[in-house]
Amino acid sequence: MKEGWEAIIGMEIHAQLATETKIFCGCATSFGDEPNANTCPVCLGLPGALPVLNEKVVEYGAKAALALGLNINEQSIFSRKNYFYPDLPKGYQISQYDKPFSSDGELVIMTAERDEHGRAKDFKPMTIRIERMHLEEDAGKNVHEGLPETDKYSYVDLNRAGTPLGEIVTKADFRSSWQAYDYVNHVRRALQWVGASDADMEKGNLRCEANVSVRKVGEEKFRNKVELKNLNSVRFMQKAIEYEIERQIAAHEAGEGVSQETRLWDEKNNKTRVMRSKEDAHDYRYFPEPDLQPLVVSKEFIETMKAQMPELPDAMRDRFMAEYNLSFDDASQIIGDKDIAAFYETAAQASGNPRTSANLMLSEFVRELNNSGKRANESLLTAESFAEIVKTLDEGKINNNQAKEIIVESFNTGKSPADVIREKGFEQVSDAGAIEKIVDEIIKNNENQVNAYRGGNEKLFGFFVGQVMKASQGKANPKVVNEILKSKL
Amino acid sequence: MDVRKVAKLAHLEITDEEVALYTPQMTNIVAYVEQLNELDTENIEPMLGGLTAEGAATDTRRADVPHESLGQKNALKEAPSGVGGHFQVPKVL
Repeated sequence: MKEGWEAIIGMEIHAQLATETKIFCGCATSFGDEPNANTCPVCLGLPGALPVLNEKVVEYGAKAALALGLNINEQSIFSRKNYFYPDLPKGYQISQYDKPFSSDGELVIMTAERDEHGRAKDFKPMTIRIERMHLEEDAGKNVHEGLPETDKYSYVDLNRAGTPLGEIVTKADFRSSWQAYDYVNHVRRALQWVGASDADMEKGNLRCEANVSVRKVGEEKFRNKVELKNLNSVRFMQKAIEYEIERQIAAHEAGEGVSQETRLWDEKNNKTRVMRSKEDAHDYRYFPEPDLQPLVVSKEFIETMKAQMPELPDAMRDRFMAEYNLSFDDASQIIGDKDIAAFYETAAQASGNPRTSANLMLSEFVRELNNSGKRANESLLTAESFAEIVKTLDEGKINNNQAKEIIVESFNTGKSPADVIREKGFEQVSDAGAIEKIVDEIIKNNENQVNAYRGGNEKLFGFFVGQVMKASQGKANPKVVNEILKSKL
Repeated sequence: MDVRKVAKLAHLEITDEEVALYTPQMTNIVAYVEQLNELDTENIEPMLGGLTAEGAATDTRRADVPHESLGQKNALKEAPSGVGGHFQVPKVL
């Protein structure tokens, strides 16, 4: 960012809650069905149909709120947000306005600026104030391509209409695009962690918008802000914010000023462009939804939800660093996914070697997961078997490369590590007698090298180790080989 | 009372004559409702969504269990124009 300027950024995230059915009717929320198949009078907005709140929305909403440090309000109400658009069949969206489900959150995230290669510099904690998370229904989907006469017509698929969302709104606390990036990733992981949302941006069940403005350092007043949409991945979002900051600074410095408008991220051209100006800004005329009761949750319900909260990822990361002596980077990677974290903890405890468990997991295991598209809890290699491999390695019966090979093999075939070791003939020879025999043989056959070594050429030690390993087909325990070689030479 | 603005938000086209007609009518309606402001509500607890405490505490939620949906064909049956499984509408955007 240009010297003397600062960016002011606020974030809005829409997270689809992980229910089976829609928020106000029993239509399925499944993805990829025939257009308009999952609809009924309620979500089509037919006259006389009445909404009934899905109890799971309240539960997942509560879990999401707690995972983000929000306070759940014992009483909240639904309101109608009125506007006309073809994807909104009722002419209003049922949302929450002046009394949201949860509010006044404080969330500590870890954030760092990145260098020009995208590498994080130094992660530090930062407190983000979350204004609110309210519950609402999603709109349907407008289709502008792939159907007849799209120059004249648009098309509407209402399968998504009525899908439950939590809308998470922050204060304008972010000062850089990377802070926003780290925040969205934090939220995404937290929601997945507590099972409130799948939070998968590719499937559209996590969508974010950024409000961006800039001002001179020291200025009290805010300048015009721009709302950024169409941010289809966290990376695009970061790029869009970065672009927008620079664009606005340049516009202010050129004396053009910045108009209050909505802009889209154009990923083909790597820039933002105007979607609509604030002149036709909506006046939503919110009023309380008369078809729904106020949403009342008891203190007991809130306490039950709190009691059901799992250890959250950041707490787990700190614990892994303290208990298992992991670095911040390694621990952060492990808690990047709940199933991987659970797998790791089991393996670390069962193997008694958390360090090696982490190394092997982050190299081999995670790569295999990524290649196969599987989740850690679907792995054919169990955490217990993984621990067995670590233990066998620690005992010196196999070497590091063999351990890696066993992980790959067991992961892909489900064979036990013991079977793989047997099949591949990995069992190391630690029997001193057998190794001594090989060593004697090699000393006898390599007189020149022996003399050179004894004459002071210590580099040749590696040569002897190599010869022994070769003669034993790689099965000799290197530790024992070293000891015997040293004593014999 | 800005009747033109209200009409625009409701996607209604109204004539100048209608603006002249509706403005006093709507002003009267609002004035009528404003009578409520004369009441002294100093010592009255605000109601949530117009319900009594008892009413507001009634649980009216449903279980997260799928019902049978209409399906594409039925959903589109009453639509003026359904094409390719979609509702067809005048072009937006």
